[in-house]
Amino acid sequence: MPGPILEARGLHKHFGHLHVLKGVDLLVQERELVFVIGPSGSGKSTLLRCLNRLEEPSAGSITVDGIDLLDRRTDINKARQRIGMVFQSFNLYPHMTALGNVALALRKVQGRGRAEAEARAREALDRVHLADRAGHYPGQLSGGQQQRVAIARAIALEPRVMLFDEPTSALDPELVGGVLAAMRELRESGMTMVVVSHEMGFARAAADRVIFMDGGRIVEQGPPAAIFGAPQEERTRAFIGQIERNHA
Amino acid sequence: MSNWDRFLDSFFNARVAAEYLPKVIEGFWLTILLAGCIILTGLAAGLALAVLRSLGIRPLNWLIIFVVDLFRALPPLVVIVLLYFGLPAAGLSMSGFAAAWLSLSLVLMAFAEEIVWAGITAVPRGQWEAARSTGLGFAQTLGWVVLPQALRMVVPPLTNRTIAITKGTALASVVAVQEILGAAQAGVSFSFNPTPLTLGALAYLVLFLPVVILGRWVEARFAWKR
Amino acid sequence: MTFDDFLQAFFSWEILEQAWPILWAGFLNTLVLSAVVVPLGFIGGVILALLSTLRSRWVRWPLIAWVDLFRSLPPLVLLVFVYAGLPFAGLEVSPLTAVAIGFFLNTGAYYGEILRAGIESVPHGQTEAARSTGLTALQALGHVVLPQAVRNVLPDLISNTLEVVKLTSIASVVALPELLFQARQAQSVTYNATPIMAAAVIYFVLLWPVVRLLSRLENRQMAGRR
Repeated sequence: MPGPILEARGLHKHFGHLHVLKGVDLLVQERELVFVIGPSGSGKSTLLRCLNRLEEPSAGSITVDGIDLLDRRTDINKARQRIGMVFQSFNLYPHMTALGNVALALRKVQGRGRAEAEARAREALDRVHLADRAGHYPGQLSGGQQQRVAIARAIALEPRVMLFDEPTSALDPELVGGVLAAMRELRESGMTMVVVSHEMGFARAAADRVIFMDGGRIVEQGPPAAIFGAPQEERTRAFIGQIERNHA
Repeated sequence: MSNWDRFLDSFFNARVAAEYLPKVIEGFWLTILLAGCIILTGLAAGLALAVLRSLGIRPLNWLIIFVVDLFRALPPLVVIVLLYFGLPAAGLSMSGFAAAWLSLSLVLMAFAEEIVWAGITAVPRGQWEAARSTGLGFAQTLGWVVLPQALRMVVPPLTNRTIAITKGTALASVVAVQEILGAAQAGVSFSFNPTPLTLGALAYLVLFLPVVILGRWVEARFAWKR
Repeated sequence: MTFDDFLQAFFSWEILEQAWPILWAGFLNTLVLSAVVVPLGFIGGVILALLSTLRSRWVRWPLIAWVDLFRSLPPLVLLVFVYAGLPFAGLEVSPLTAVAIGFFLNTGAYYGEILRAGIESVPHGQTEAARSTGLTALQALGHVVLPQAVRNVLPDLISNTLEVVKLTSIASVVALPELLFQARQAQSVTYNATPIMAAAVIYFVLLWPVVRLLSRLENRQMAGRR
């Protein structure tokens, strides 16, 4: 078995006096789908945002695809090409069409010509079944479609790992399905994914491993059946119980 | 004499400052008087025009819109010069103070009308309908329901615009009003030293810096609910 | 005074024909002057706005002080200070240079405030999304944040530009032969107000379309902001 594609060790993050991550180790194998759950304030989003250095970790190490992310000599902008990210609030650029959103980094970071960048962007939009919306502005798309464009924006750069930060939390319930379907297809194509989300059904069906975080630490992890079916820790049990009551 | 000494002697000359400070202070009070007059008449006239416009009388509204557009498009100095240097050609004359007061009041009126009107139209129709359904008349609805909401909305832009136009009082120096800039310029030409201009600039800072900072505060305090 | 006297004083065709070449030259100079000071002020504003994105307090407070200083001084005071004051410091400046310096400082501060507000109106997630795809901070600013910022504050930018063009009329005070200065020259030679009236009409014809456009944009903006 090859080594992990993403390896984070001893991650700490302080915001002023707040100690948000208290020594997190995370290893993700190639083609693995890791699901991170936990109450709000548990540090799961901060963990995710550290993995592409949108937040600067206070201590620890991160290696992605053999690149030391925290090394001063690493070109972080180049490294971020290998780490796609999808945000809760989509963060599409409202002044650009769907195609423009996807093509921007292809042109400006990868330095591709307009024609080539747009061809690749179209391909990416096609993978999320939105090729026919290429000319639409974000304001003309539904929330679910916007999030799929955001996924296309990330996968167009051919990342080795994808990070999802509560990708369906801002969506109306009837729009969640389309985004999850896109994520499932991405998984089936062999993408390595780290997902922070409350979509427990999706976690059960698609995740290889579920991590439960609380208070800035990983409390428990294991296959979904184990975590959801027979959690070992009291805090995990309480959290899962609460989520299931809310969704019943 | 070093360059630095020469600089100090030019712009911060104590003797000249002492001599012309009283003149600049007189100008300071005149600026405040002129500004006060402009704010009073300009805002009152602007509010009155906005209320008139809400009556919805077509020909009257066209006239209001034209007058407002006119004084938004004309540079204030052009209006002042026209009144002060133009009227005598027709055998009429106006003091520099009156010309500046009238001109800047018209300009402030135009901007104030535009801003208040935008505020009035931004109050949803439902507010009018609810008030009228309870038996309030047109004027009552406007005065008790619509204007209070509209005015609250327009406080930041109106404050900033009023500050900007009030700074135009310096233009009155062109028509021989001895407000701060006029007094300072007279001082420079008598003393052959720019220290009175330094005093003038300081006087404007004393007057307007607090106002500009107040404007910042108002903008934050009444920040738009998006 | 009869009506004919009034017409003769303000709308004399004969005087207008005589003064037209002078006025036309002034009009062209006003256009050239605007084409110089608007970009100059805008560039100053972009520099200030970009500096304001640096979150260091060593940049932040001096920046606020700078902006508020030049928003507190009436532009005419700044202009007179530069034009009449600098020669005493051994720096002779031409009227155009003085106007350019004054407008850069004054107008730059206003454009800077507008653009800063625009940049702040763009959600931080936009920068994060751009950075997450590998764009550098500068690329994110240039391709993602600034285009949205400019669009969000477009009415304010147009409004400020209108004010700047109107403000070029104060260059007449330092004898720069723009439209108002030329009109004053013609008026003092002919003892007739027609040239100033004509200048006012030219300003109005030039700027009225902009005022109309703004009025529409502002109404929409206010309605959207409730």
